[in-house]
Amino acid sequence: MLKQPGDASAQKLSPWRRAINLAATWFAIGAAVLVIVPLLAIFVYLLIKGAGSVNLAFLTQTPKPPGELGGGMANSIVGTGIILAVASIVGVPLGIGCGIYLAEYGRGRFGDLVRFTADVLNGVPSIVIGIAVYSLIVLREKHFSAFSGGVALGIMMIPTIARATEEMLLMVPNVVREAALGLGIPKWRTTLSISLRTASAGVITGCMLAFARVAGETAPLLFTAFGNQFWSLKLNQPMAALSLQVFTYAISPYDDWHRQAWAGALILIVLIVAAVGAVRIVTSRGMLKGAS
Amino acid sequence: MIRAFKVVLCVLLLACCALAQTQLNGAGATFPYPIYSKWFNEYHNLHSDIQINYQSIGSGGGIRQVTAGTVDFGASDGPMTDEQLAQSKVKLLHVPTVLGAVVPAYNIPGVSGEVKFTPDILAGIFLGKITNWSDASIAKVNPDIKFPSQAITVAHRSDGSGTTYIWTDYLSKISPDWRDTVGKGTSVKWPVGVGGKGNEGVAGLIRQLPGSIGYIELIYALQNKINYGSVRNSSGQFIKASLESTTAAAAGVKVPADFRVSITNSPAKTAYPIASFTWLLIPTNPTDQNKGKILKDFLFWMLDQGQSMTEALSYAPLPKAVVELEKAAITKQVH
Amino acid sequence: MSGTVNEMNSPDSFNPSEKPATAIPTLAQTATQRKAISASSVLERIRQTHPRSSRMPDAAFAVLIVLTAISVFAIVAFVLWELVDKSKLSLHQFGLAFFYGHDWDPVNGDFGAMPFIYGTLVSSALALFIAVPLSIGVAVYVTEMCPIRLRAIISFLVELLAAIPSVIYGLWGIFVLAPLLREYVEPFLAKSLGWTGFFGGPMYGIGMLAAGIILSIMVVPIIASITREVLTAVPQSQREAVLALGATRWEMIRMGVLRNARIGILGGIILGLGRALGETMAVTMVIGNRPEVSKSLFAPGYTMASAIANQFTEATGDLYLSALVEIGLALFLVTLIVNALARLLVWSITGGRAGRARA
Repeated sequence: MLKQPGDASAQKLSPWRRAINLAATWFAIGAAVLVIVPLLAIFVYLLIKGAGSVNLAFLTQTPKPPGELGGGMANSIVGTGIILAVASIVGVPLGIGCGIYLAEYGRGRFGDLVRFTADVLNGVPSIVIGIAVYSLIVLREKHFSAFSGGVALGIMMIPTIARATEEMLLMVPNVVREAALGLGIPKWRTTLSISLRTASAGVITGCMLAFARVAGETAPLLFTAFGNQFWSLKLNQPMAALSLQVFTYAISPYDDWHRQAWAGALILIVLIVAAVGAVRIVTSRGMLKGAS
Repeated sequence: MIRAFKVVLCVLLLACCALAQTQLNGAGATFPYPIYSKWFNEYHNLHSDIQINYQSIGSGGGIRQVTAGTVDFGASDGPMTDEQLAQSKVKLLHVPTVLGAVVPAYNIPGVSGEVKFTPDILAGIFLGKITNWSDASIAKVNPDIKFPSQAITVAHRSDGSGTTYIWTDYLSKISPDWRDTVGKGTSVKWPVGVGGKGNEGVAGLIRQLPGSIGYIELIYALQNKINYGSVRNSSGQFIKASLESTTAAAAGVKVPADFRVSITNSPAKTAYPIASFTWLLIPTNPTDQNKGKILKDFLFWMLDQGQSMTEALSYAPLPKAVVELEKAAITKQVH
Repeated sequence: MSGTVNEMNSPDSFNPSEKPATAIPTLAQTATQRKAISASSVLERIRQTHPRSSRMPDAAFAVLIVLTAISVFAIVAFVLWELVDKSKLSLHQFGLAFFYGHDWDPVNGDFGAMPFIYGTLVSSALALFIAVPLSIGVAVYVTEMCPIRLRAIISFLVELLAAIPSVIYGLWGIFVLAPLLREYVEPFLAKSLGWTGFFGGPMYGIGMLAAGIILSIMVVPIIASITREVLTAVPQSQREAVLALGATRWEMIRMGVLRNARIGILGGIILGLGRALGETMAVTMVIGNRPEVSKSLFAPGYTMASAIANQFTEATGDLYLSALVEIGLALFLVTLIVNALARLLVWSITGGRAGRARA
C-alpha cells in the first residue's frame, strides 16, 4: 500500500473504493437527516400543541382546578429547578469523582468492578431507583421531600457522568500527564488542572446529557418528591415538578389541562436547553477551557 | 448555573420567613383527582392558612402511603380488604366522597349512535368469545343498527386501577365464566386485548383503532366525546350512564356501617349497573391532633358544600341518605 | 482543546519525522507548554521551600476519589439489597420458575416473568439495531464531513433529543408514530418482508415495533454525543497518517478514526443500552402492554420496566408487590448479564490488553 513519492496525483482510485466512499458519505448524511427529522417532528408537534398556552398566567400562577380557566405551573417550574439543583449537587461530584477513579486510579480489578456496577446502575429503571430512595429516605423521615427527589435523580446521573468522564480522561494523551509529573506537579493537581481541564468539553457533555435525561423523568419523583399543588420552597416537604405535573395533566380528561401539559413540556425543554446553553457559554469563556 | 443557584438560595431564605402554613398531604386514586383538586382549592380559598396537597399516585399507592403514615389521608377507588385493614398500623375509616361510572366506549366504523349491550355481550367480548361486530347476539339487541363486519379489538388498562376493579367486579357478578377464569382486581390477566396506560391511554387506543371497544370512566368519554353505549341493568332496562343513573345505583344498595360496599349491578330500577363509590381513607386516631381537626372540618364541608360542586365536573353526588350516615360515622369515629 | 491534543504526539503514532520528547525548552511551542513552564517555575519554588508538600494532598485526593467510587458501588449494592429483600416473598413462592413462567395473573396469584424479559430484550435489541448505525453515522458526519458552521447546530439538535421528557415521547408515539406505522409502514413491511415471520398479524400501530423505534430515538442522542466527543479526541495525526497512505475519506475514517475510537464508542453504546433497558414511560405508552411472547414485531408486548411502572402504584397484596419487585430484580440481573457479555466482547476485541490509542 505504500506509495512512492510523486505517485499520489497519478494514481487512480479503483471505482469500487470510490463507490464505497460515496456510499459512506451519503449514509452519514442520511443518518444525520434521519435523526433530525423525528426531533423536528416532535418539537413542531409540541409547539403546535403547547405554544398557545404559554402565557404570563401560566408562568406565574399555581395550578387551578378543572373548569377554571387559567392557572399555571409556576410552582412546578421553580420546583424542578430546585430538585435538579439538588440532583446536580449529588450527581456531578460523585460522577466525576468516579470517572476520575476509573481513569486514573482504577485500572485493576476493583476498577473493573466499579465500572461494571456503574453500567448496571445505568440500566436500572428509574422507578426502581425511586422505590429504593423511598425506602432509604422517605420511609425513615415519614414524609415525602424535595431532597429525596433530588437524591433519586442525582443517583441516576452518576453512571452517564462517570462513563463520559472516564472516556474523556482516557483520551488525554499520556505525554501530557508525564510532562506535568516531570515538572513536579503533584498527581492530584495534574488530574484536576491538566487532565480534567483537557477533557473538560467531553465531561461537560456527559454532565449535560445526564442533566437533560433526569430533568424529564417522572417515575422516580412519584415516591420521593411527590408533587405539590401549592408554592413550596422547603427541601423537606413535597415539591412540585414540571415532569410530574405534565404527566398528571396529560392523563386527565380535560382539554384545557392537556394544553397546559404540552405547554409545560415545552417550558421544560426550554429550561433544559437554557441550562445546557448557559453552561456551555460559561465554560467556553475561559473558566474551564484548556489551553488552545 | 451558579448564579441561578444563588437566586434560588435567596428565595429559599425568604420563603423561610413566609407565613406559617399548615400543609396536609394526601395520596391515592386518579379517578377523583379533578373533583378533589377543586375541593381542596375551594377549601384553601376559604381557609387561606390551610393547604391540602393531593397527588394521584394510584389507589394502591394511596393505601400503602396512608398505612405507612407518610401522608395524612389516602384515597382509593376500591375498598380495602379485611386483611389490609387488619395489617394497617393506622386505623382507617372509609369515607365515600363521590360516585363514578365506567362505560363501554367504542369506535365502530359507520356506527355513530348508541349501541345497547347486555351483560352477556360484554362478558363475551372481553372473554374473547365474541370477536366480530357483526355477531348475531349484538345485532339481536340492536335491530336498528347496521354493524360492519369488523374484528373487535379490546382495549383494557395496562396499569392497575380502580376503574379496572369496578369493571371486573361487574363482570364477575354477571358472568360465572369471567368470575372463574379471570376474577376481579385492580389488575387482572386479560384473555384478549391491548393495554393502554390510564383512562387517557385507553381512550386514545379506542380513538385510534377502528373496531375497538374499551372501558373508561364516564368523565373521559364525555370530555373526549367518544361514543359509549348503554348497558342492561338487573331490572332489564337499558341505561346509559349519567349522573342521575349513577346516583340511583347507590340509592338502591344497603350501605354497611364501614361504607365498604360494591354497588355494581345495583337492583334499583333506574340504576346504571357499572358504578362505584370512591373513598377517602381517614385515620381515626391521627397522631397530629391539629391536622385531624382540619381533616374532620374538611369532611363536613365536603359533605355539605362540596357535594354541590360535583355535577359541574361530571361526577355524581352521594345520595342524601348516605351523606347522613357518613356525618354520623365521622362524628362518632374520627377523633 | 483539540489543538492541545493534536500537538502532543506519542511515539505510537505514525510520525517518524518528529524528534523524541527530551529537553523541555526545545519543545516549548504551544501555549500549554509555555504555561507548564511558567507553572513549573512557580512550583519549583514551592517545592524547594515545601518539600514533600505533595504527599499529603495526593493521599487525601486519592482517598476522596476512592470514596466516590466506593459510594457508587455502595449505591448499587443498596439497590440490589432492597430488591432482594422486598422480593423475598415471591422468591420463596416461585423460585426459579418465576423467570420462565408465562402467566401473569394477579387475581389468582400466579406470576411468571418470561414475557417481560422477552419484551425488554427484543425492544432494546431493536432499539440498538436502529440507533447504533444512525448515531455513528451522525457523529461521523458532524466530526468529519460537516461544514464547520453546521457542526454546532447539528450537535446541539442531537443533544436536544435527550432533553425531551419521556412522557412526551410516549404521547407523540401514540398520536403521531402509531397511526403512521399502522397506515403506511406496517402494511409495507408486511408486504415486503412478511415472509420472515417478523411482520405478521394484526396491525395496531402500537406494539413492539413502535416501542423499538421510540427507544431508538431516545437512545441516539446518548450514543451520538459520546461518539462525537470520542471521535473529536482522536489525534489529528492519526487521520493525516492514513490519508498520507492514499486512503479515501471513508477509509481514513474507518482506519484512522473509528478504529481508535472503538472502545469509546462501545462505551457509549453500553450507556445507550442501559437507557433502553430501563426506559419506562415512553415504552409503556406504545407497546400495547400485553404479557405475551410473540415472534411478530407488530404484536403488542410488555417490558419489565413497564410492568413495574404500570402496576406498582396500584398493587395491593404482598405477593403481588413482591412479584413486581422481583421483576425489578430480574431486570437488574438482565442488565448485569448484558453488560457482562458486552465486556467479554470488548475483551475479545482488544485481546485482553487495554487497547486504546493512548497517544
